[in-house]
Amino acid sequence: MSVQTCLAGQKATIELTLNGQRRSGKAEPRLLLCDFLRHELQAFGVHVGCEHGICGACTVLVDGRAVRSCTQYAVQADGRDIVTVEGLAEAGTMNALQRAFAKHHALQCGYCTPGILCSATHFLRETPAPTEREVRDMLSGHICRCTGYASIVAAILEAADAVSRGA
Amino acid sequence: MKPVAFDYHRPETVAEAVALLADLRDDAMPLAGGMTLGPMLNLRLVRPRALIDISRLAGLRHIVQDGDKVVTGAAVIQNDALRSDVIRRQVPLLALALPWVGHFQTRNRGTLGGSVAHADPSAEIPLCLTVCGGTVVLRSRRRERRVPARRFFVDALTTLREPDEIIVALEWPRAPAQSGWGFAEIAQRHGDFAIAAAACRATLDDEGRVKDLVLGIAGVESRPVLIDTENFRGGRSTEVGKHLSDHSVAGVTPMEDHVANAEYRIALTKVLVERVFRDACADAERRRNKLQ
Ligand code: FES
Ligand code: FES
Repeated sequence: MSVQTCLAGQKATIELTLNGQRRSGKAEPRLLLCDFLRHELQAFGVHVGCEHGICGACTVLVDGRAVRSCTQYAVQADGRDIVTVEGLAEAGTMNALQRAFAKHHALQCGYCTPGILCSATHFLRETPAPTEREVRDMLSGHICRCTGYASIVAAILEAADAVSRGA
Repeated sequence: MKPVAFDYHRPETVAEAVALLADLRDDAMPLAGGMTLGPMLNLRLVRPRALIDISRLAGLRHIVQDGDKVVTGAAVIQNDALRSDVIRRQVPLLALALPWVGHFQTRNRGTLGGSVAHADPSAEIPLCLTVCGGTVVLRSRRRERRVPARRFFVDALTTLREPDEIIVALEWPRAPAQSGWGFAEIAQRHGDFAIAAAACRATLDDEGRVKDLVLGIAGVESRPVLIDTENFRGGRSTEVGKHLSDHSVAGVTPMEDHVANAEYRIALTKVLVERVFRDACADAERRRNKLQ
């Protein structure tokens, strides 16, 4: 049998790629992936809001797809390739999407921002020239209590433009 | 907001998974994308002793055309199905409905089989499978069996799946060439649970009369409901809509919850039925013109 097992209360060693680097840490089965990323691997850009899949704050890229990290467990992420907001651009720099967020004031408190940036990254890769409606549809998976969304939509549309022009 | 402690098992093959389930029985739950089970675990609405992670099983991610049906592996990711040409061409109803299933971010992890296994009364995928006349393929250590969707969904969150079975695939009959499709739902916010949803398949003859009609609603009763449309065959597509919507709510007993009372659900259902019937007829018309 090739069943991987970790019993309740015991800790498994999780090895994964985080923002391009091989990392490992310990997790018991019930540890949420978001908590593992924050507390074990110090990826504090992963924000935790509702902890049941609704708000989108914890969204990260797993194998390139934008997904919730609060409704999966660290043990499930073993061997995966994970990118958090820290990995979107080189430290100290911002990519086109992030610059557009800054320019359009697409964040106020910033709590929702890392999740939205991760979602938008995957979304723009799949939909390089989105309509406003498509952007809003993608954004419906996130809750922002500050901005009213208009500035976020504007920023993502501008970034799409910039990215497709190769900026 | 943290789950109770559980044992975690991650088999690599279906055979290993069903062997584990057979041993652990009611103590274990299969975990796929976790888009429903994850929240329920975190909210401690369920407290399983063990989880069997089936999200990495080999051979459950296929979308293939097999004669007159399309077979989707249970672990097909919803967004992959949404982007699949085979689904768009051969199972148009599912392609219409998937954008309504949760959000981009949950569809990136949620699976077709997971939604069917969970059987939320308002869920889109079980409704589509029911209207399409599809089949659920289940496997246990004892056997493999196929259950028609129209029998599989028994009640809210209750299906004919035995505790030692996992869903391995869904079978969708290929859409008849001239059939048109409609899907619509109403939720408080896009991506929320539907208060009511409706799905329809219609075929028209050359005079625009209804040749064949399948209509289903979800979110209204505790499972997807098929409406008996026998009396509407032969009716003019332009005239049938209103009667059909009255008829569709005649026998139903709507659920009541904090979002909608029975009366409101009935009102929504009537609107949705008219809408999906109209859309399906227009779609059928379009497809017929294309074929001619
Ligand atoms: S914290 Fe994960 S969706 Fe809210
Ligand atoms: S910027 Fe504050 S929640 Fe979005």
